Amino acid sequence: MSRYIALRLLQAIGVLWAAYTVSFLVLYALPGDPARLLAGPDATDVTAAQLDTLRAQFGLDKPLVVQYIEHLGALLRGDLGTSLPTGRPVAELIGEAIPSTLQIAALGLLLAVLVGGGLALAATFTRHRGLGQLLLALPPIGVAVPGFWFALLLIQWFSFGIPLFPAVGNQGFASVVLPAITLALPTGATIAQLLSKSLVTTLREPYIDTAWAKGAGPGRVHLRHALRNAALPALTVTGLIVGQLLSGTVVTETVFSRPGLGRVTATAVAQQDIPVVQGIVLFAAAVFVVTNLLVDLVYPLLDPRIVIRKRRLPRVRVAATAGASR
Amino acid sequence: MTPQTPQEPVLVIEDLAVQYRTPTGVVDAVRTVSLRIERGEKVAIVGESGSGKSTTAHAVVQLLAPAARIARGSIRFGGIDLVHASRGELRAIRGRRIGLVPQDPTVSLNPVTRIGTQVAEVLVIHGLADRRTAAAAAVEALRRAGLPDPELHARQFPHELSGGMRQRVLIAIAIIAGPELIIADEPTSALDVTIQRQILDHIDELAAETGTSVLLITHDLGIAADRADRIIVMNQGVIVEEGTPAEVLGAPKHPYTQALIRAAPSLNALGDVERVLDRLPKETRVRVFGGRAGDPFTVRDRSKGPLATDPSGATDESPARTVLVAENLVKDFALPHGGGVAHAVANVSFAVPRGQTFALVGESGSGKTTTARLALRLDDVTSGRVLFDGRDVTDARGRELRDLRRRIQVVHQNPYASLNPRLSIRAIISDPLVAYGLGDRTERRTRAAELVDVVALPSSVLDRRPAELSGGQRQRVAIARALALNPELLVLDEPVSALDVSIQAQILGLLASLQDSLGLSYLFISHDLAVVRQIAHRVGVMRLGELVEVGDVGTVFADPQHEYTRALLDAIPGAGAPVVQPG
Repeated sequence: MSRYIALRLLQAIGVLWAAYTVSFLVLYALPGDPARLLAGPDATDVTAAQLDTLRAQFGLDKPLVVQYIEHLGALLRGDLGTSLPTGRPVAELIGEAIPSTLQIAALGLLLAVLVGGGLALAATFTRHRGLGQLLLALPPIGVAVPGFWFALLLIQWFSFGIPLFPAVGNQGFASVVLPAITLALPTGATIAQLLSKSLVTTLREPYIDTAWAKGAGPGRVHLRHALRNAALPALTVTGLIVGQLLSGTVVTETVFSRPGLGRVTATAVAQQDIPVVQGIVLFAAAVFVVTNLLVDLVYPLLDPRIVIRKRRLPRVRVAATAGASR
Repeated sequence: MTPQTPQEPVLVIEDLAVQYRTPTGVVDAVRTVSLRIERGEKVAIVGESGSGKSTTAHAVVQLLAPAARIARGSIRFGGIDLVHASRGELRAIRGRRIGLVPQDPTVSLNPVTRIGTQVAEVLVIHGLADRRTAAAAAVEALRRAGLPDPELHARQFPHELSGGMRQRVLIAIAIIAGPELIIADEPTSALDVTIQRQILDHIDELAAETGTSVLLITHDLGIAADRADRIIVMNQGVIVEEGTPAEVLGAPKHPYTQALIRAAPSLNALGDVERVLDRLPKETRVRVFGGRAGDPFTVRDRSKGPLATDPSGATDESPARTVLVAENLVKDFALPHGGGVAHAVANVSFAVPRGQTFALVGESGSGKTTTARLALRLDDVTSGRVLFDGRDVTDARGRELRDLRRRIQVVHQNPYASLNPRLSIRAIISDPLVAYGLGDRTERRTRAAELVDVVALPSSVLDRRPAELSGGQRQRVAIARALALNPELLVLDEPVSALDVSIQAQILGLLASLQDSLGLSYLFISHDLAVVRQIAHRVGVMRLGELVEVGDVGTVFADPQHEYTRALLDAIPGAGAPVVQPG
């Protein structure tokens, strides 16, 4: 087991390195001159000499390979670099942004799981065919609705219409609610779609008939027998769901004028603040890798058929996906 | 438990009719069924797929598919009409007073819950025990169901148990609350023949001990004859015949029962089967397989006439007599966790006589399919030699292997899974021709039409898709596809196991006729000795990767040398049935 985790961590480092390298190349291939941006957006009177000085100061005049190696070296020492426009350390910028984002992401995930899961269960539980069909039609709408528009609707209704929650800012719990709902909509809809599909399939399994034949009521059949089996395929996409939440923060935090990772991302991209963007890419990759590792470690506890093999790494992935597609 | 006098029947079904809503309209699955089961009586409903036997059984516990509707009739159990019973009343009866043993044990247990919990759940649901006493009772029920080491297995998960053990778990679930009626819906059709026998024996013993009535649903007349006090034969939703095994099998009145008995391989396993073969007309044979000049589908001239073999030369390993020789085949698989190797196939040698059928018989896990894959060169051998037509093909690669594949074709077990559902029948049959670039479009169309004719299907099927065909028709399509390349050897991997007995008989007849007309050689893989008895000339019995006995079919069946062969033969149901061959 420890050997398995060690191997997976090695693999994770590989993923992080790849994410860093690809983002480095993509960012430097973008048109635009970082030095000119450094000088300020309105600085039309900078001389070529001044730009050269800026380039030298930030090491932008060196060959790409040298810059890459220098940055990678700094990264290995734990130095993410400094933001080009503000000069503040990247790690500090990201660190400051995390708590605020974590609040809406956590509440958003909770809402998504509860509402999405509840919807899926209700759709398969109801004996009323029409109601079930109606409930099953909701998730695709939830996925399709644009986040910024939904956020504006929420503000319109619950800040201006009925003044329940503040429209902007991050003061107190009330300010978390609307952004969390905005984040939860696409995520919850995804969960509802996956889980309801999985539940419908699971409820046709012969072992569900066995449960009915034991005299079990619908509650026991759905919750004890169907849900746990149906939730397993949904669990494998947790990584995707977390990624969806992270990318959702960009729009959500912008609309609600909240500080956070999404805002930092949006600003850094607009200013072509390469070190910050790379820091965020690394952070997102790390979250993704850790989430997937956790899922893979938890999976065997929930599905006794999956055994983590010590010797051959690829087998685990195959086994996990086989379990999911079943 | 409701007080009942011994005279009162446990179950009375009167004039039951069940309909299914389908996209094309309403289908009558059960038209009119009336039956009664007395206390302690064992009743078997026998029929083929679509006869309505399973629908009748599921109607009793009111566990029909959502599209099904009980149109008429009553099902009275202990004073309650189950058709009109409330959900609460039904829940109180299911599991407590009626136990159900389902068809396929490998998919009928919750995969993420421990065995003991699943068995104990019945008592918990009905409030018959609390958590702790239920767990102890579950272990006891597993013991009574014949599961060895019940304490150990109760803590395990379903995937850690074999199919036979899982069926015992399901029996434990059915009996734990001491029901008055056990409904066993094809309880052993997914199990090996020796396991089948143990399971059925055990159900019999339990029922006898407790005086429980049994409703056994089966497609196998042999099983019904061995097990039931009374047999009910169903066909197309109607009961066509009813009586004791002696009456039904000894003097069947209804033509359908007579046909069923004729078709049932198990009932004929120990008798001689006279088969009238419809040989292909010579004209068809020459046209489709004759290799006339300019025919793009013929690779070579057949060196021999179709019937130029004689059985006595079967052991002669010259290519003239023997099409395929396997010598000392070994296939090892590495075990996980560095646990060494498992011998899937251990030192197996056999020969497939030209123009005849060699059958490999064995239960699941015996290595028969692996052996066939090695002989086909679909898997590589660990050691040993494969000779095809006198040539060593053990290490054939690339072009040589591709040429070999042209001469050996396969028919798989499940005609529902082996045909691409998106393709038309014409495209399916032409596929091998396209793969080998044989003929042009028109020639391939003509050949597909001819092949469909050879396997006795109407030409109208060519434009249909597999889903529109019955199982038997699909297997004919699979045979036509295998014949498209004009091969010498067909590997038939359980070609009739997924089919009803009467369809089985037709497909076996077609295979025998094709062999007779075209001089084909068959390597026939089966778990079913009764089927092997009908089609094979020579037979090899496999067990745990080893070939324990090889010989001519007549000899092996009449005078088995190995004890395992004897056990297999004894396990064939219906051996003692009082069959009078009608006609």
